[in-house]
Amino acid sequence: MTTDLWVFLGLALISVASAVSMLVSRNAIYSALFLVLNFVTVAVLYLLLNAAFIALVQVTVYAGAIMVLFLFVIMLLGAERVDTGRGLKWQQPAAALLGAALLAELVYVFFGGAVGQAAPAALLTGAFGSPSSVGMLLFSDYLLPFEVTSIVLLAAMVGAIVLAREDRRARRELR
Amino acid sequence: MNVPTDYLLGLSAVLFGLGILGVLMRRNAIVVFMSIELMLNAANLALIAFARQTQDMIGHVFVFFVIAVAAAEVAVGLALIVTIFKAKHSIDIDQVSGLRG
Repeated sequence: MTTDLWVFLGLALISVASAVSMLVSRNAIYSALFLVLNFVTVAVLYLLLNAAFIALVQVTVYAGAIMVLFLFVIMLLGAERVDTGRGLKWQQPAAALLGAALLAELVYVFFGGAVGQAAPAALLTGAFGSPSSVGMLLFSDYLLPFEVTSIVLLAAMVGAIVLAREDRRARRELR
Repeated sequence: MNVPTDYLLGLSAVLFGLGILGVLMRRNAIVVFMSIELMLNAANLALIAFARQTQDMIGHVFVFFVIAVAAAEVAVGLALIVTIFKAKHSIDIDQVSGLRG
């Protein structure tokens, strides 16, 4: 067992444990915080996999912006604890069974020889995954998708504003 | 980090499976949404692992786009949840059965 393997095992343990805690905690705020821990752990894995740029994007966009949005909505709605009590009786066992079956299948496919024991990657150059090289790729070969992304974000922003806005016309008709 | 790609794919599969479990088991719409984010994250991990395996940075570009689309999706999805909460005063997804035949 090399040091790298121990580091990987530790990070994997933390990320899986935080994902499981996210699923089982009753309070939605705890779930969100466990998810932040999971994202940060995966960002450290990205750093170790020569993906410095993606690691920082993960921390700022995912663990920062998106999770802050989640926490805002949870606190705005005051909806920390809602799913207790009634519901379909057979739903949870059936869901657990199906999820576990899928998990077993995925692990079997990955470790059962369909992919094959991949060799550890060869030595990578220092430029691999650095912000400058990813930026060069984004602004040369992938310029059109990059610009389309901005339109997607604009559409999402307009959609969110339209959805969350109070419907003034409907209220006026009620009066 | 000198770790075989298979191990990273295994971790990605486990995280994806846990996300599926969350979507199927929880009834709080916000937690279901967070589980979807977990699944996207697992897919990103697999992409980064393959990028290192094949020594090709297209995987990094893909992950960048996935993160951007996830941000857009979260903005719209949370606005939808807020709207549903205003209408029904609950975000239990079993309550949202207005289209049931």
